[in-house]
Amino acid sequence: MKLKQLESLLGGLQQFPNPKMELEQYPTGPHIASRMLYTAENSFGDVSGKVVADFGCGCGTLGLAAALLDAEHVIGLDIDSQSLEIASLNAEDLELDIDLVQCDIRNLGWRGQTVNTVVMNPPFGTRKKGADMDFLFVALKIASQAVYSLHKTTTRDVSHLF
Amino acid sequence: MLSCNIKGVTNGFPLRIEAEKVVEKQVDFNADFLKNMFPKIEWKALVAAAKSMGYTDLPDQAESSMIDSEEFLKKFHHALLQLHLEEGALICPETGRRFPVNKGIPNMLLHEDEV
Repeated sequence: MKLKQLESLLGGLQQFPNPKMELEQYPTGPHIASRMLYTAENSFGDVSGKVVADFGCGCGTLGLAAALLDAEHVIGLDIDSQSLEIASLNAEDLELDIDLVQCDIRNLGWRGQTVNTVVMNPPFGTRKKGADMDFLFVALKIASQAVYSLHKTTTRDVSHLF
Repeated sequence: MLSCNIKGVTNGFPLRIEAEKVVEKQVDFNADFLKNMFPKIEWKALVAAAKSMGYTDLPDQAESSMIDSEEFLKKFHHALLQLHLEEGALICPETGRRFPVNKGIPNMLLHEDEV
């Protein structure tokens, strides 16, 4: 699949109608999402044929991008049931199959080394300090191969994002 | 792969399955992927899970030599990728705590006193 096509498909996805500030919900833009997954696949072979987990999947952008790039199995995890509903609708729209789990990343019980790659755009920690570290900690524990994650350069600054 | 993480629980895996509605999906067969996954799977847990969802064709025990058999791989494929719990619950083997599954999504959120 060409990058432009991937970006275009992701741009058509539904996003949060009422983002919850305390969860730092905001959409992962199609521009960055498509390039992130494209690089993960073309430069590192971390997507196609692999088991990919999207932590804090929200409306599913990153996980669905992985599915579009032929991940064998995609699992999206998020704490918010409304986001998961949207992710489910988005998957249906694109006729893709992803597994979704509702959980708090800090007390996720996960056994085994079945996940190859984790992709995520986690809360940056501007609302709840250290949220980004919680996500990284779990991602590094669970991913057997690679973790792709987006972070803010200064998480000390409590400047609002939106 | 999910396990129960309630405070104090030492053995929260495997979660038992209470199946109310099971859906069978069509997933493309990928032998290489299956052969790769086989050593990472706790076989007994998979067999028990498949049985709770009505699939009893998996052998109770499996060794790596079996992955050369296409017949075996097809059963493995079916149990691992095509059986989908749509409605029901996952149950902690130690505490009996129910984690409900609705529209295919398990809710693993813990209550405040369980953390």
